[in-house]
Amino acid sequence: MTSPARERWDDATAASGVRVRGPGVDTTHRGILYLDGISVSFDGFKALDNLSLTIDAGELRCVIGPNGAGKTTMMDVVTGKTRPDAGTAFFGQTIDLTRFSEPEIADAGIGRKFQKPTVFERHTVFENLELAQKCDKRVWPTLGARLDADARDRIAATLETIKLLPEASRQAGLLSHGQKQWLEIGMLLMQEPQLLLLDEPVAGMTDDETMRSAELFVSLAGAYTLIVVEHDMDFVERIAQKVTVLHEGRVLAEGTMDQVQQDEQVVEVFLGR
Amino acid sequence: MNFLGGAAFVPLAISGGPRLARLLPSNGWMLYIAAALVIFVAFPVLNLVVPADSVLHLSDYSVTLIGKIMCYAIVALAMDLIWGYTGILSLGHGLFFALGGYAMGMYLMRSIGHDGVYHSDLPDFMVFLDWKAYPWYWSFTDHFLYAALLVVLVPGVLAFVFGYFAFRSRIKGVYFSIITQALTYAFMLLFFRNDTGFGGNNGFTDFKRILGFSVTAPQTRMALFALTGGTLLAFMLLARWIVTSKLGRVLTAIRDAETRVMFSGYNPLYFKLFIWTLSAVICGIAGALYVPQVGIINPSEMSPANSIEIAIWTAVGGRGTLLGPVLGAAVVNLGKSWFTQVLPEYWLFVLGLLFILVTLFLPHGLAGLAGMRRRRS
Repeated sequence: MTSPARERWDDATAASGVRVRGPGVDTTHRGILYLDGISVSFDGFKALDNLSLTIDAGELRCVIGPNGAGKTTMMDVVTGKTRPDAGTAFFGQTIDLTRFSEPEIADAGIGRKFQKPTVFERHTVFENLELAQKCDKRVWPTLGARLDADARDRIAATLETIKLLPEASRQAGLLSHGQKQWLEIGMLLMQEPQLLLLDEPVAGMTDDETMRSAELFVSLAGAYTLIVVEHDMDFVERIAQKVTVLHEGRVLAEGTMDQVQQDEQVVEVFLGR
Repeated sequence: MNFLGGAAFVPLAISGGPRLARLLPSNGWMLYIAAALVIFVAFPVLNLVVPADSVLHLSDYSVTLIGKIMCYAIVALAMDLIWGYTGILSLGHGLFFALGGYAMGMYLMRSIGHDGVYHSDLPDFMVFLDWKAYPWYWSFTDHFLYAALLVVLVPGVLAFVFGYFAFRSRIKGVYFSIITQALTYAFMLLFFRNDTGFGGNNGFTDFKRILGFSVTAPQTRMALFALTGGTLLAFMLLARWIVTSKLGRVLTAIRDAETRVMFSGYNPLYFKLFIWTLSAVICGIAGALYVPQVGIINPSEMSPANSIEIAIWTAVGGRGTLLGPVLGAAVVNLGKSWFTQVLPEYWLFVLGLLFILVTLFLPHGLAGLAGMRRRRS
């Protein structure tokens, strides 16, 4: 997977301390993401209140909770968009996420899908995947970048995974909502991340698309670690291995779908309504 | 699984990097070569060889006018890179143009030698201020190569430093535009002061020679004209190479969805900084070519209105098309030089109206009107 050029780059940047990626994420203790005592407040409103959460490598974790529970803020903290007021966030054993910027964290191996699908609308589907593809993403290498057969094959494989092969040379802005969601997921896969954060990935999809997404996510678990935030309870039931319920910026309950569904507090604040 | 190898499937530009021959389509190259022939053969012959009483003779006035417009076209091209492709509207590009012009102007002032009104070592304006020696920042400006270096470095370093802090602070959209407008205004006020050492509101003028040749000689003028045309053609290829590279696709991606760019692992700061600085340097070079041809540079080049005009040329021509803004600069400025002779007091109204009409009815500018196939809108 690592070419000699890539290794040279890793060495050079590790020495200069510009990029996080070096040996990659260290998951020797099973956990890939450790949030500990994270608090974030906006103008006095506590979006996250002493949140602690551990995700194991290869897990498919669903995060549910009512509006304002802090699900999106949690993703913001993990991806470097928001700095926590207190607490620590570690990616594997060694990478302190609170010290890095969004592109550095993306480069370290965390991919994020937004609630509203965000793709490059004026680029073709193919170009979207090309831009997302893992490679040296600094200015000069990008200027001289060429697409080799290997890279093209990987884009083709991803196009097939996300069922957009016939649309490859179409402008991404012309895709349907569901197709854009899939394209964004495809872009994440091209980044070869270790951890995928998916914010409402099936919103706006048809039943058929939703079912295919469920299959896709389940098949990705193991090779990747996935955190899925979703409102669609049927979808969560279909894919969930372990569910975390957030409420008012804290973990309210954690366990299998059955366990959390029977938790009295959970029934009260969320499922019972 | 190599079924994507076919060129029919993959758009030309991403089937490997753009090599020189593939930068333009074949009819694009025909047009390009035709333009080069006009600049390097037709114009010199019509101006220098054809006798002055012939109908085919091209007057010195026309040569200067077209040379000037080509300088503006280079600026519009630079503007298209930063605004059309990257979505960052600069309303201060006139500053970089003027700084390049001043750097060249310093050399031209030094080249006057003792031929000024006061026959002094110093330029007339310094004698007038009763200065006894050149300020330190005029050192070595009598060397052409050093002045040429300043043409690139002064706008480049200023743009780099300003851009670094602005982009690092994630200043975007209209806020960025306003700050660039303020920047050029501040520099204009600075250059208006006599004590700044650049001739105050009169700026530099009365140039005598460049590299030993008289600036008013027809041959010198034609050489400057051809150099400007060559620079324009070269920058068009450079710009084309950039926008068809993967970096060009990252730039348009920043324009359309910057957050996705960040979460894809690119740091927009350095991409913006690269194109912003390059754009400023291109403007500086255009300014340096402009000054010996028009024979004057003064702080009014830094006025906010000038920078806004640059944006108008680009919008009229069609953003994100490269050729469009070049045509836009030509059409608007030809219109301006005609109109300011016929109805000078109405020109600004016409310009404003043109901008409104283009915005409302021609969002893709002249390039869209001409039905050119655009790579990106």
